[in-house]
Formats: sequence, structure tokens, C-alpha cells
Amino acid sequence: MDAQLNNAELMLHSKHNPYLKRRSNKLDMDFVHLATFLRRIESKALDLGDRMQKGYKRIWSSGDLGLYLLWLIMHLIVSIWYFAVDLVNSLESYLISSGFMKQYKDLDISKVRYLAVVLDSEEALDTMKVLELLRWLTAMGLRNVCLYDPEGVLKRSKDALSLWLRSEVMPNGANGDALVKQKYLSLEVISFTDGKHAVAKAANFLLKKHHLNADAEVPELTESDMADALAEIGYAAPEPDLMLIYGPVRCHLGFPAWRLRYTEIVHMGPLKSMKYGALIKAIRRYTMVRQNYGT
Amino acid sequence: MEKQSSSVVVRLLGSLVGYMRRFLFRFLSVGPIPRHMAFILDGNRRYARKWKMDDRMGYKVGFLALMRLMRCCHELGVKYITVYVFSIENFKRRPEEVQTVMELMLEKIEGLIKEEGILNQYGVRVEFAGNLKLLSEPVRIAAEKAMRVTAHNKSLVLVVAVAYTSTDEMAQAAQECCRDKADRGSQQQQLVELADVERHMYMAVAPDPEILLRTSGEKRLSNFLLWQTSNSVLYSPAALWPEVGLRHLVWAVLNFQRVQPYLHKRRNHLYLSTQQ
Repeated sequence: MDAQLNNAELMLHSKHNPYLKRRSNKLDMDFVHLATFLRRIESKALDLGDRMQKGYKRIWSSGDLGLYLLWLIMHLIVSIWYFAVDLVNSLESYLISSGFMKQYKDLDISKVRYLAVVLDSEEALDTMKVLELLRWLTAMGLRNVCLYDPEGVLKRSKDALSLWLRSEVMPNGANGDALVKQKYLSLEVISFTDGKHAVAKAANFLLKKHHLNADAEVPELTESDMADALAEIGYAAPEPDLMLIYGPVRCHLGFPAWRLRYTEIVHMGPLKSMKYGALIKAIRRYTMVRQNYGT
Repeated sequence: MEKQSSSVVVRLLGSLVGYMRRFLFRFLSVGPIPRHMAFILDGNRRYARKWKMDDRMGYKVGFLALMRLMRCCHELGVKYITVYVFSIENFKRRPEEVQTVMELMLEKIEGLIKEEGILNQYGVRVEFAGNLKLLSEPVRIAAEKAMRVTAHNKSLVLVVAVAYTSTDEMAQAAQECCRDKADRGSQQQQLVELADVERHMYMAVAPDPEILLRTSGEKRLSNFLLWQTSNSVLYSPAALWPEVGLRHLVWAVLNFQRVQPYLHKRRNHLYLSTQQ
């Protein structure tokens, strides 16, 4: 600040004295050079300080570096294991879909009365893959399927999917309406808002219902009251027997909770690598399971 | 002399195993560790039949497995553990079987809450989640005492789901919401929000679990934490509950670490969508 003031004074005086003007110009230049030089030293000192700090951190945490490497190696081993498992599963799926494995030939599909398919929302954007999956399910004889994705992507493509499915059935259904109805897949499409939010709406419904009688206390609400309330507000739907999850994680992603009580949950892997053989295997495994229902 | 030397060897071996376990947890902790793990204790009766024991012995071995796992979780840094001990559906079992389980539960709760018991030693706070009115009087009183006595502990929270089903939990939460809103007077007709329902759940004492582990290879949730597992990894090892050990815990955590970024992203998406 002082230097700047001195500089300003010099500049002022130099206007009136030509000798001083020449001398002040030279002084300005020297000052600028000095300031630049000092700034360069300052930045170099800061850089050096930064590098020293990083170096200290590395030395201090060299124990943690070893642990980090061990952790990475552990995860590498796990990834290799899953890669090997995927290879074996792919081979098995190929053998099943080619008909080499005789035990998969006869499948009692009647045990799967209602199937749920949970899709990761990003994978659900691939409508052609979803349609292919629905075609496989129809070909296997399933008639009631529920598609779920958390963000409601499938709701937007529901009409397109229904139209495609119907158009594929029609050429074969030339024998009459009865056969068309028989082959037609009943499709339910839901998202996250049909889950938790529906329970809150049911609670509101019950609140209004019991508020009509202002003097009475709220009675003991049972599970069947809850089920009735959900039905009244349009959320009555069957509980799936089997749920197939197409996504990176074995997680139901918020499927309506009251419908999941005794549903078998099977993780099928990503949608883009879905296989017909894996689908048959999952459904056959379900048909072999015996449930105790808590008793 | 021989007994002394063998006990010294056993102690040394024990400390070596403990040291290796703590080292394993140290390098596992490089990645994210789940804050809350839930377990369905399935397979005690099958274990008893497999080893030709009676059911009571099977449950006792199962209890030891629970204590073992609780210690491991505590060392790993897990903050909440939920265990599904008794479902409302289990009341439909034979009366003598229900009686066996209730007596065992009473015995174990009383053992755990002693001064020198494992709960105070590890700083474990116990919470009981479920419709406690369905339990017999002595068990209910013991449960309430356990919650009171361990309320000051801060290291780990053990949530015991007893007389619990998810559908009952949702019905009870809706009922509590209605009572709450009705109590505030009929002039201001307030709406029940999703947050109100979540606040009245039995499981509101803990955040949502990151991992749900069901033993015996069964692939269903059997009416357990259906609401809270929207973003949980569901893991079903084939081992029966009394056989579960460190390797299952480590494998579950490794699998969780692989998918944690995806689940974290999903959780944020859900949070944003519920705010709208």
C-alpha cells in the first residue's frame, strides 16, 4: 500500500519535471520487476509447501496404502469368482434352452399364478428387451405378470408393450376370441408411488372414514382393515408367488411392501444379459420349493 | 500341569484368531461398512434335526451363533443389528413349541441384562420391535426391563423383532397416525403424510438396513422388514442359522461394497422423489 502511494506520488511529480519523469519511469519498471520476482518466489514457496504436505501424508499413511492394496486385491478375487460363475451359468443356460437337459423339459407353470418382474429403471428404458422378456414369459405359459420399476419408466411404455403383445397374438388367434383371450398376457405395471405412498393414502382413507363419527375413538385397525382400505382406493392386487429381479443388485427397489409377504425373490442379473435358459431354471427351482408359512 | 498347558495353548490360539479377525476387519473397513444389518434366524429346528438334538438345544445353539455374530459386527463397526426372532405367524405352531421359545427368550433376556452380561460389556442397547401386547406377561415385562436397563449404552443397537410382521407393523403405524391426527381435533383435518407413517413404525428406532441376511438358503422375506428393505442387499446363504459365521458376514459385506455406489444413488433418487 505504501509502495503504491509512493509510486503514485512519483508519478504525480514526474508530470512537472522531465528529468524526474525519466527517472520515475525507470523506478516504476524496477518496482514492477521486483513485485513480479517476489510473487514468483511466493508461488514457488507455496508449491513446495504443498508437495511437502502430500509427501508427509503419503509417508504417514503408508500402512493404510498397504491395506488399500489388500482391499483392492480382495475385490479383484471376488470379481474373478463372479466372472467364473457367470461363465458356468451361461453354459448351463445354453444347455437348458437347447433342450440338452431333460429335467427342464416339463415345467409345471400352474404353480406360478402371479409373477412379478422388478427392473432397474435405467435398464427398463430398453423397451425391446422388456418386450422380448414378455414374449418368453408368454411362450412359457404365464398369464399374469406384474412389471415394476422404481421411477415409472415402464408406465410410459405400457401402452406400446400391450399393443405389441396384442399384435403378436392376433395372427395366431384367428380361431376366435376365446383363443385370443387365452393367449393374451394380463399385464400390470407399477412403480414406487404405488408402494409406500399408497399406504399413506390408505391411512388417510381410514382417518376420514373414522372421522365421520366425531365422538367415537379410532378402533383397533387390523391387517384386514388395511387390506380393505387399500382395495377401496384402488390398490387391490394379488401377491406375486415369484419375483424376478433384473438389475445389478438383489434388491426389490421398493416394490409394494404388503404384497411381498411370502414371495420367492430371485436375482437374474442385468436385463441386457438375460437368458431364456436362466429363466426356465429360476421358475423350475421355484416349483420345487416347499413353504412352511411360519408354522 | 497338562490341563494348564493346554488351556494356555487354547488361550494363545484364541488371541491369534482374534488378532487375525481384527486385521481382516481393518482391511475390510477400507471400503464402506453397512450401518445396519438385519438377520432372519432361520434353520434352528432343521439344525437340531440334522444333529439329532431336540428343538430346545437347536435354539440354544442358535442363540450362541447370534452372540458370536453380534461380537463380530461390533468389531467391524456396524451400528445397528436387527434379528427376526419370532413372527406373529409362529404363534400358530404347536403350543409346546411356542412355550419352549418363550421360556428360552425369558431366560436369555434375564441373562443378558445382568451387570456383567454381554450387553453392558459391549455397550449394546436393546430395543424390542413388534406387537409386544401379544407376548405373555413375564416376557413382556422382561423385554421392557431390558430396554430400560440398556438405554444408556451407545456402542451398538440390537433390535429384536419379536411378535413382529411387516403387515402388522404397517397397520399399527396407520392406526397410530389416525389416533395422532384425530387427537388434534376434528376442526383441523390434517392429512397423513408418508413421514408420519414412517415415524410410527416399530422399526423407527433404526435406519433402513443395508444388508438383510436370511439363512437356510430361503429366498423370501417372510413378512420381515418389507417396508425398510427398499434399498437393501438381500443375501441368502445356504447355511443354517447356528452354522452361520465370520465367512458369511465377510462375504455379505464384500458384496455390499461392490454395489454400494448404485444403492447410494438409488437412495438419493428415492429421497428426492418423496420430497416432491
